[in-house]
Amino acid sequence: MMFAVTALAILVTMGLAIARALLGPSVYDRILAVNMFGTKTVLLIAVFAFLSGRTDILDIALLYALLNFVGVVAVLKLVEQGNLHSPGIEDE
Amino acid sequence: MVIDSLSYVFLVAGGLLGVIGGIGIHRFPDFFTRLHAAGITDTLCAALILLGLGLQAGLELASFKLLMIFAFLFFTSPTASHALANAAIHGGLKPLLDTPTAPGRKKKAVKKKKAVKKKKTVKKKRAKKKARA
Repeated sequence: MMFAVTALAILVTMGLAIARALLGPSVYDRILAVNMFGTKTVLLIAVFAFLSGRTDILDIALLYALLNFVGVVAVLKLVEQGNLHSPGIEDE
Repeated sequence: MVIDSLSYVFLVAGGLLGVIGGIGIHRFPDFFTRLHAAGITDTLCAALILLGLGLQAGLELASFKLLMIFAFLFFTSPTASHALANAAIHGGLKPLLDTPTAPGRKKKAVKKKKAVKKKKTVKKKRAKKKARA
């Protein structure tokens, strides 16, 4: 029961985050909203693992956490520099 | 039973914090205020929910996995927030300051001016009526 309530709260949060990602005036607003959406996805998968009683699903949550961080940093670098292959600004 | 109810409290508190962060990211007027709302609530929300789940799991492999997820989120969430703020500042985004000329405040300022004008006209009319009387 409590797992379902928590999952519902996380789903509401994800809806608000995706609304901001669609509305957001600047590209950074969208990246922030997508970052929040990814974090909440990890939590939703973790809650769903206990809701369905199959705790093996927690591995997938861990994988989503890893991919989310790498994806956000890669998108930030792409937005800031225009490409992914040049070295960072401090290194030049 | 005590552990069960404690985990329920943690889960509901975590969900509540998540919804508060969602409302914050949806309603705040500026990128940096939105970053503040999201960054502050994200860490504690994840910590509370994973702690509640860990109390349900007990000492097993599942709780170790939850600990790994928590450790990773605990380190990457502030890092992502910092990278976002850094990129936004570097990209030329300015924080919204509370000045009359700042964008987003214009509507309210105009409304206030109109209200002041209305009050002035009302006062003038009243003064005219008094003069006539």
